[in-house]
Amino acid sequence: MAGLTLASPSAEPRRGYSPWRETWRRYRRHRPAVVSAVLLLLLILAVVLGPFVWRVSISDMDVVAGLQGPSLAHPFGTDDLGQDILARMIYGGRISLAVGLAAMLVSVFVGTLIGALAGMSRGPLGYALMWLTDLFLSLPQLPLLLMLIYLFRDGLKAVFGPEGGIFILIVLVIGGLRWMPVARLVRAQFLSLREKEFVEAARALGASPTRQVVRHILPNALGPVIIAGTIDVAAAIIAESTLSFLGLGFPPDTPTWGRILYDAKDFLDIGPHWALFPGGAIFIAVVAINFIGDGLRDALDARKVI
Amino acid sequence: MFDKDLRTMIDDVKDGRMNRRAFVQRMIAVGLTAPMANQILSIGGVAMAQSPNPYKPTKRGGGGPLKLLWWQGPTLLNPHFATGTKDQDGSRLFYEPLASWDADGHLNPILAAEIPSIQNGGLSKDAKTVVWKLKPGVKWHDGKPLTADDLVFNWEYAIDPATAAVSGGTYADMTVEKVDDLTIRITFKQPTPFWANAFVGAYGCIIPKHLFAEYKGSKSREAPNNLKPVGTGPYKFVEFKPGDLVRGEINPDYHMANRPYFDTLEMKGGGDAVSAARAVIQTGEYDFAWNIQVEDEVLLRLEKGGKGKTLYAVGGDIEFIALNFTDPNVEVDGERSSMKTKHPILSDARVRKALALLVDRESIKKVIYGRAGRTTANYLNGPEEFVSKNTKWEFSIEKASALLDEAGWKVGGDGVREKDGKKLKLLYQTSINGPRQKTQAIVKQACQKAGIDVELKSVVASVFFSSDVANPDTYSKFYADIEMFQIPMTQPDPALHMRRYHSREVATKENKWQGRNFPRWVNKDFDAAVDAADTETDPLKRADLYVKSNDLMWQDTVVIPVMHRAAVEACSNSLRPALSGWANQTDNLQDWYRES
Amino acid sequence: MSQYILRRLMIAIPSLLGISLVLFVVLALAPGDPFGELATNPNVPPEVQAALRAKFGLDDPIYLRYLHWLAAMAQGDWGFSFVSRMDVDTLILQRLPTTLYVIGSAQLLALLIAIPVGVYAATRPYSIFDQIANTFAFIGFSLPTFFTGILFILIFSVKLDWLPFVYSTDIKATGIAWALEMVRQAIMPVMVLGLFQAASMTRFVRSAMLDVIRLDYVTTARAKGLGQAKVIVKHVMRNAMIPVVTLIALQMPAVFGGAIVTEQIFRIPGIGSLLISSILANDTPVVMAVTFVFACLVVLFNLIADVLYGWLDPRISFR
Repeated sequence: MAGLTLASPSAEPRRGYSPWRETWRRYRRHRPAVVSAVLLLLLILAVVLGPFVWRVSISDMDVVAGLQGPSLAHPFGTDDLGQDILARMIYGGRISLAVGLAAMLVSVFVGTLIGALAGMSRGPLGYALMWLTDLFLSLPQLPLLLMLIYLFRDGLKAVFGPEGGIFILIVLVIGGLRWMPVARLVRAQFLSLREKEFVEAARALGASPTRQVVRHILPNALGPVIIAGTIDVAAAIIAESTLSFLGLGFPPDTPTWGRILYDAKDFLDIGPHWALFPGGAIFIAVVAINFIGDGLRDALDARKVI
Repeated sequence: MFDKDLRTMIDDVKDGRMNRRAFVQRMIAVGLTAPMANQILSIGGVAMAQSPNPYKPTKRGGGGPLKLLWWQGPTLLNPHFATGTKDQDGSRLFYEPLASWDADGHLNPILAAEIPSIQNGGLSKDAKTVVWKLKPGVKWHDGKPLTADDLVFNWEYAIDPATAAVSGGTYADMTVEKVDDLTIRITFKQPTPFWANAFVGAYGCIIPKHLFAEYKGSKSREAPNNLKPVGTGPYKFVEFKPGDLVRGEINPDYHMANRPYFDTLEMKGGGDAVSAARAVIQTGEYDFAWNIQVEDEVLLRLEKGGKGKTLYAVGGDIEFIALNFTDPNVEVDGERSSMKTKHPILSDARVRKALALLVDRESIKKVIYGRAGRTTANYLNGPEEFVSKNTKWEFSIEKASALLDEAGWKVGGDGVREKDGKKLKLLYQTSINGPRQKTQAIVKQACQKAGIDVELKSVVASVFFSSDVANPDTYSKFYADIEMFQIPMTQPDPALHMRRYHSREVATKENKWQGRNFPRWVNKDFDAAVDAADTETDPLKRADLYVKSNDLMWQDTVVIPVMHRAAVEACSNSLRPALSGWANQTDNLQDWYRES
Repeated sequence: MSQYILRRLMIAIPSLLGISLVLFVVLALAPGDPFGELATNPNVPPEVQAALRAKFGLDDPIYLRYLHWLAAMAQGDWGFSFVSRMDVDTLILQRLPTTLYVIGSAQLLALLIAIPVGVYAATRPYSIFDQIANTFAFIGFSLPTFFTGILFILIFSVKLDWLPFVYSTDIKATGIAWALEMVRQAIMPVMVLGLFQAASMTRFVRSAMLDVIRLDYVTTARAKGLGQAKVIVKHVMRNAMIPVVTLIALQMPAVFGGAIVTEQIFRIPGIGSLLISSILANDTPVVMAVTFVFACLVVLFNLIADVLYGWLDPRISFR
């Protein structure tokens, strides 16, 4: 580490300045962020490659060996039906991480877009978009979800196949129901930022509204967006488990982290290991993503000195 | 031996040549249980023994508060509007029927002076009339006397379509008239061997005419007493917050001696079953919690704490998997699962039998239902005289595989069987409920081993049990190959329970899927047996008919019974509740007391 | 400004009408049946279930049902619950005090934790305090309330036997004893919900503070020799409040709407548990009333937030 920091200042100026390289350099300096990036990568590798290493079926039951603590045969123990928790965690991790990240991207993208448009617009568009945000905030989610299942489940299944269709539906539903806080936050930041001197300066210099937004306002409004995004990952992983209970999620026998945690809750005092592993996995993923977000933000913010 | 001897003996008891006890003893000697013997006598027209629940307190009151925990709180307190058991239970705290069912499935008189029988002239030989005599001196909570007019009024109230009463079906096809101030006569249109439905049990609760007379018909919703019940029950109404809390206090003028025991009563609603069990068994915050559908393993663990225990009341509730006899994937005249189609896979009896062999009832009992379940091969599981002894079940993947091989389903490359290029794939739906999803997983695993690919689907209960015509996910539309849920038996008589599978009950687009025969199974012998049983007044012949109809369902594998379920309640160690699997939990509330 | 507020209020009426229409359509299209519980009861013939649906107008076309609702609403009639067969407003008013007490306290707790902790953590980024605060925040929002609720019950009710976990609206005591019991039974739900909210809010406050704390004018203020505390409170906080105000405005309607999971776990008879049981029972009049009031609050607090932005940052102009 010491050698790296010493070597880089002398090496870099010769290569010329690049904003991306600069960002990367700054990011590398944020130690928790680097550790987190490695951790998240490991987690992803584990759930992607895990099944090739740990070849236990996720559905094999052994009702006699239910609720056993960690052992050599079952490193993470078994659940009440005697299913191997490690295998289920690996399988469920793919879904949970994919759903969490994809839904976060949807909600952040939609929220930022709508918030930015509403924040820049001084006309009816702004009102209309805020109306839309208010509408989505007031919609009761459960009946909405039931209605969506009823209207779209079979259609999506037919178009994208059973698994792809459900994945798309879940990501759209979770992302589509969680963008409103982001939109409100972005809009509020925009309202304030668009009147700031540096934006006025850019405007005076003839920057187009798009350029004002992309180069000047948005980077300064990213703080709350990144925080909201990282919180959304956790929320999406947990929300996915509730969707299964509405018959909207993956079939009931598909394990996901949120689902395993939910199933384990009634056995908390009998088999605490059952809840420990999914809870821990969600926590690690959330922490890693948060630190990555922190690192990104610090790296993108030119004023930040660390 | 049985038939002729038994009939003679019943006649002997009727005429007083043999006493009840001797009869029961002889029955036990030939292998029957005491309740069953009693039941035979009662349907044979012999007055039922008054079998009050054991009750020790020697004075009224003094028992302090009784705290009940219902994880779904009552949302209304008019028994005629009670949609779910929670509402029936809440109403029953204050209102009473003429009689209630005890643990053995016997009638226990509440407001009736005695249980009608042929001996006491209450029942006619042709099973067309019933005469009920009211207990004299019963007063409503506001001091007015209870009379026959109240009973006649309840019948009029319930059958008026404008009242929108849920109890309408209970009082249909009969007329109720006043004989004198304390006597009514019910006259049925058809011979009705099971006469104890109206004025008995949950929908039999009686509301006062003097407070509801103005609110019969379309004004029924405006009645102030819908929310402030004035009944005859052991407890008087104090406070009601829908979904949250019902409170009552002792009725000092209650019509039964030394009852009730408790001074105040509280029924708290909300939450979930597991934490309800904790509040009774583990921390003792409450005395009694209702309907604890929790994995037995969790309950056993909680009981080690020692403040409470679980109680089981056995009735006839059956959890089962139904098989679709029509094709859910083909639409004929805008209707899936149409009677004009045949199920491409399940119409083969061998496949149905194979499926029945793949339901591992022992494992399901072990990990899910535990003490709250009994494995069974029968759809009809009570009362005892109606339970078939001719059936059996087993779990065998080998035998199922052999049957499937024989039916021409050969194992393909991916381990899934196929025939004529078609995969053996089934859609298995149920309502969303913890134990059901676990059962689904267990059944799916066995099916996989036998080469059947099972896709699981679960539907929110309020959608699954909806009667909304536009909704495709209801159990009665049955747009799946197999489906699982529970059908309760609300009284110790199989008539309503079995009539469901009659061919005229098939659920179709034409009857807006209101028909109750959702497997869409049609069998002439079954129809004939059920029709005959409906008007058969000879109790033994009638029982035989129901046993026969159960066996027909078993032979044809119309349904695969998964578990004969008992009601599970959590109860503090000192409380002595009177429970029955044939009644709601609060039906014998007057007999509850505490032992220190 | 007052003209602006007036104009916004005028716009609010058609926009609320629009929201109510969408809400109604969603509720009407969502499948389900308030009389579903009757389905398996052999004592109730299916015709009775069907007759009840017809009687309560559930089979009418949607536009007709909406117009009925709107006409009644205009006359102040909130509707009639299918499930409880009583007036919806009575049902809601019965549950309002508990909701305001429990959920309000939880929101207050969240603010009381999030703002000081977030501000202090931001002034010392990556210090021990900041790291600890962050870790707790991560635990806070990666564990769902259904889980922490049960954990709290197991620890504080079952193991330690300190607190009751069934919320009672009917405490048999008066005066101080009553007040104490009210506080005692609210501790766990308020903690569970408050800590969950505080976790994410702390992160937002910290981030908003960090955004401002590095700006030039803060450095200037520091350079002028102003004390740290004064700089933080007078210069940084005011500017950092914009995202915080946004968040609070987003949370406030929940004080009325309740918290479904937490209410369920602790059996709190709040509006959240009324809403969920009404949704599951398809009791449209109740769901409609609750969500519509909720929508009004969402719109109202959005307006309040906008007005506050103008106060916090006078350069924000509204036309």
